[in-house]
Amino acid sequence: MDNPTFLLSFIVFAPAIGALILAFFPKGNADAIRLFTLAVTIAVVIPAVILALPESYTGFSATSFDLGADSMQNVFRHKWIPSFEIEYFMGLDGISFPLVLLTAVISMLAMGASWSITKHVKGYCILFLLLETGMLGVFMALDFFLFYVFWEVMLLPMYFLIGIWGGPRKEYAAIKFFLYTLFGSVLMLIAILMLYFNSDLTRLNAEQLMAANVVELREFGSAKEAFQDWKQSDPLGREYERKKAEKQAAPENEDKIKLHTFNMLALQQMGQHTELFSVPMFGCTLQCWAFMLLFIGFVIKVPSVPVHTWLPDAHVEAPTPISMILAGVLLKMGGYGIIRICYPICPAAGLSLAPLVCGVGVVSMVYGAFAALAQKDFKRMVAYSSISHMGYVVLGLGVWSASAGNFYMADYWNMGVKGAMFQMIAHGVSSAGMFFLVGVLYDRVHHRNLDEFGGIYGKMPLYTGLSIVIFFAGLGLPGLCGFIGEVLVVLSVWEYSQVLAVISAAVVILTAGYILWAVQRVYLGAEYRGPHEEALTPIKGRELAVAVPLVVLAIWFGVYPDIVLRYMDPTVDRQVEELVSWRKRHDNQPQVKMETGSTTIPLGSLVRRDGMQIDQIGMNDTLHTSSIEVPNRIVDANTLPRPIWLDAATISSP
Amino acid sequence: MGFCDLIQLVISDTLDSLPVFLPELILCFTIFVLLLARVVLGRIDISFYWTLAGLLIALVVPYGGQPWRILRASDELLRQEIFTGMLVYDGFTLFMRGLLIVFAILLILLIRLTNTFDRRDGTDIYTLILGATLGMCLMASANHLLMVFLAVEMASVPSYVLAGFRKTRRVSSEAALKYSVYGAGTAGVMLYGMSLVAGVVNSVHLPTIADRLVEIWPTMSMEQSFVLGLGGMMIMVGLAFKLSAVPFHFWCPDVFEGASAEVNAFLSVASKAAALALLVRVSLGIGISSAPALANGHAVNDRHAVQSAVVQTAPPDGVSSELSLAVFNVADRASGDSDNASETSLIPTSPTAARARQETSIEEAATVQAQLPGFIALMISVIAAITCTFGNLAAYGQTNINRLLAYSTIAHAGYMMMAVPAALALALDHPESAESAVASLAIYMGIYMFMNLGAFSIVAFLRGALGSEQITDYSGLFWRAPGVVVCLSLILFSLVGLPPLAGFIGKFAVFAALMNGYQLTQHGYLFALLIVGGINTVISLFYYLRLVKVMIIDAEPEGRRPVDFSLVSLAGVYTVLVTVPIVLFFLRWEWLSRLARSATDHLLS
Repeated sequence: MDNPTFLLSFIVFAPAIGALILAFFPKGNADAIRLFTLAVTIAVVIPAVILALPESYTGFSATSFDLGADSMQNVFRHKWIPSFEIEYFMGLDGISFPLVLLTAVISMLAMGASWSITKHVKGYCILFLLLETGMLGVFMALDFFLFYVFWEVMLLPMYFLIGIWGGPRKEYAAIKFFLYTLFGSVLMLIAILMLYFNSDLTRLNAEQLMAANVVELREFGSAKEAFQDWKQSDPLGREYERKKAEKQAAPENEDKIKLHTFNMLALQQMGQHTELFSVPMFGCTLQCWAFMLLFIGFVIKVPSVPVHTWLPDAHVEAPTPISMILAGVLLKMGGYGIIRICYPICPAAGLSLAPLVCGVGVVSMVYGAFAALAQKDFKRMVAYSSISHMGYVVLGLGVWSASAGNFYMADYWNMGVKGAMFQMIAHGVSSAGMFFLVGVLYDRVHHRNLDEFGGIYGKMPLYTGLSIVIFFAGLGLPGLCGFIGEVLVVLSVWEYSQVLAVISAAVVILTAGYILWAVQRVYLGAEYRGPHEEALTPIKGRELAVAVPLVVLAIWFGVYPDIVLRYMDPTVDRQVEELVSWRKRHDNQPQVKMETGSTTIPLGSLVRRDGMQIDQIGMNDTLHTSSIEVPNRIVDANTLPRPIWLDAATISSP
Repeated sequence: MGFCDLIQLVISDTLDSLPVFLPELILCFTIFVLLLARVVLGRIDISFYWTLAGLLIALVVPYGGQPWRILRASDELLRQEIFTGMLVYDGFTLFMRGLLIVFAILLILLIRLTNTFDRRDGTDIYTLILGATLGMCLMASANHLLMVFLAVEMASVPSYVLAGFRKTRRVSSEAALKYSVYGAGTAGVMLYGMSLVAGVVNSVHLPTIADRLVEIWPTMSMEQSFVLGLGGMMIMVGLAFKLSAVPFHFWCPDVFEGASAEVNAFLSVASKAAALALLVRVSLGIGISSAPALANGHAVNDRHAVQSAVVQTAPPDGVSSELSLAVFNVADRASGDSDNASETSLIPTSPTAARARQETSIEEAATVQAQLPGFIALMISVIAAITCTFGNLAAYGQTNINRLLAYSTIAHAGYMMMAVPAALALALDHPESAESAVASLAIYMGIYMFMNLGAFSIVAFLRGALGSEQITDYSGLFWRAPGVVVCLSLILFSLVGLPPLAGFIGKFAVFAALMNGYQLTQHGYLFALLIVGGINTVISLFYYLRLVKVMIIDAEPEGRRPVDFSLVSLAGVYTVLVTVPIVLFFLRWEWLSRLARSATDHLLS
């Protein structure tokens, strides 16, 4: 358990291996197959929980998730396809780890809810496990290619799970889901290729390479030694040296010689510290297009208006456990993509497109809420509530790039992102719970017509109690998990746009409207007199085993949100910090004074000394240029060619 | 130089070319013995084993009996012209030949297993397949317009016969007739185009044409350029027919419906792969001049490297450069080109002459060198985009599995063709990237071979089990023969290009080549192609998924005869054998990528 490669690979691939073993199970014994699948999902939860516990509880010092660390943990990199620089590269940080835990737990509970599946159990369980592998992989992958592969891996099982075990319009819903998502992922693939072919590792310095985990810091020895060592021993490092030498030999070809990478962390560094992704393209910058393509791909998954229409269909047709997975985990992948990829890699585009992102978020919230009010189908109502709730996530992430004038409100950005992250976890719990509880009812009465319900409380009091807690968590009642995320997002929006803040706060009223109305129509009122009245038996032990953990989590996260926030805080703080400092550089472009002359050189220019490229000019760097000639006039920063080569210049930082 | 000297030179050149041509000679010998054996042996049928042995020997011979050395073998191989410039022998030749022979081996195993054809016809079928494979090997190494025509015909004629081999079926005869009429027509057009081009540039040797084009382009009259353009397009017609590219695809669905699935596999994989290789040869050959008039210096050196490589194959008798000159002239004369063939001297014998020419036409040449491949690339891009989109859209309405797969192969030809414009656009300034663009095509072909062979072999086996090729008869098949349906579904999803299946690698490589091309050259049409390819992936999902849906989700039809197809049988093992690579390739495709890269390493230099 102390080896990250083994640990993370186990978490990701244990379900896939389980699926392989299942393929050899005899067909007849459905219960054995279900139990085995449940055991596999539990086997995934256990290492994830061990990771989450402090080291003193478990004794796994090397892999235990370090709450104080803000960088990637348990990272491992292995060569996979060297000719494209594709790596088997995974890791966990505060953004991905809570989602991995959520995935493991929701998968386990969804499997627990799968006893209601009686058709082709073996096929169902195999596909279910493959789906879990895909989902876990998406959250852990740090190589863009690997990320894309996992992203697509989960499509096929999902298609079949809806298409075979779904309701009456299952085929329509399944193919709609597949087409929407595939369209989004094709756009994503184009964006990935755009970023890949414009990336250049040689533009990163030692510090940035270390931040990107390209150069690994060792326990002993300084960072400098590690960098030197990497340049000499690692194949990539040698390639880095070779390309750098090539560049020096032919400065005119400087833009053409590139060392491409799929490393998402390195791409983040390039997006924030270099101009690589700011090259013009079709009337905009490259990162602008990349952001748009990625954003469309992710927002289809979230889903937001206007690309949300697959979701109500998929939810209504999907069997209950698959709805739980869909709402509890799959939707989070969109939000995760935005926070992990869109903003850090394309910060400038994120900044200029902030109104679009926030607008999409708010429109989804309002539209989803109104649509939920209008639904007659219980499950469809819950599906639209998901669209509305995920709107908070998009909004919270969009606020990220907001600021007013020269005053950088990192606190508000921070709050928005944390709110969005918390909302993802909370919605994962509450929506999975809602779908499960609707499913429990459906299993008994075989309809979901809101108008035909009523008075369930009398027949199933315990079930009603649990339901009301979960639905109130979805509503955002203080003290339950839904509240924290929503309030953080709404607060953070206020500084960005008061109009949006008012609207998003008002959506809470709509939410209360459709949830309370649904609770009233389903649970309260006169005794149930609808179809299958006789089937309304009290909730069973197996169902309780699924519902109670969700209820407990909903209350726990609501009363003590720190249990979630403590995992994500350091990473989110650091990421926001980095983007704020990017923003400062971007806005102010403070210029470096040269001691002998008055040339101004824009920040980020490359400076060369003794034939060696040193660095981009930083904020506080002073150039001593006594030994070279500097034109004695102010040069407009925009007219200077980039990169600028100043031979024999020296840099000193105060 | 007298006539006798020329004869001498040709003889020595031919003798030097023979060793690298050995696999093709082995194929010829295999065919020869196959035909004779029936006379000598009478009823004893050795055709299957003999064919298999011949193919295996032809496969291992170029690597000294060690096929696992394939990587190193093509790594070390420089481009060299053989048989007086008729053919070119380089890593790409080696790769394509290997691919075609491996495919032929898998195909005759399939034919043996399906029993579609009468056992007594075995000899005929194997002969035809070997003959067509031989023609395809020549297509992949053609370096001369005459050779292009001969190779295309040599590959096509046996295919016409194969298409009509289900002798008792009318639709099969119709397919063969349609195919041969269409093929003859386009071949005629292509030949006419070749004669037009040859008339303008006074040569039929592809690199010479390229050099001559750069030379005469600035001073060309309207009429000449019109004739040249017309000729180029007519040649493209012939290639488009072999590629089944829109608008010359009409034969494809009909032939696929009429011919048996085994033959379809052959037509869709081998024929298409060879046609693509030929497209690469012709477009890069004509489009990319490596004449010393080049503006950037490295290409000049490259040219000399090529020249010396050619020379190295000749005996060191001191007349090396004259030899190659004379040899090309012979080639030109042989094609009945023109009397002043000696003016088409492609290789300047003295450096001063080269420099003088370089100075006069350096600027014009540079623009021409960019214009010509740009024009060809644009033409291929448009055809590729239309082919891909049309194939995918037309496949949606099909009810016969063979027709559906026919449109699918049309679409895939479109995807694969997309790599060629990228290579053309990159070839001048970024030869390495251009080579990797062709390598992406090679990767795609390598994977496509397994995908389509798998699909058609399952169709062939199911035809045996179901007695039908209608998609509706596949309904609910999953619950009768789960193993084979899982295999076919994997293949179909691989054809869509979904990871983690190998089809994605091919698409990824081609898309990456397009993106790289766009990024380095800023030609908008490459990006447009990328978008078209992406959108087409989504469109194609629709009909592949429909087939999967029919097999897995739909209910079984009433009164279908019981299906008996288990994976635990020879046919089942074969199915698994061609499906498993689709999954495994994805896990480790580094070697495939390296193989393709080393095969194309010296394509342009």
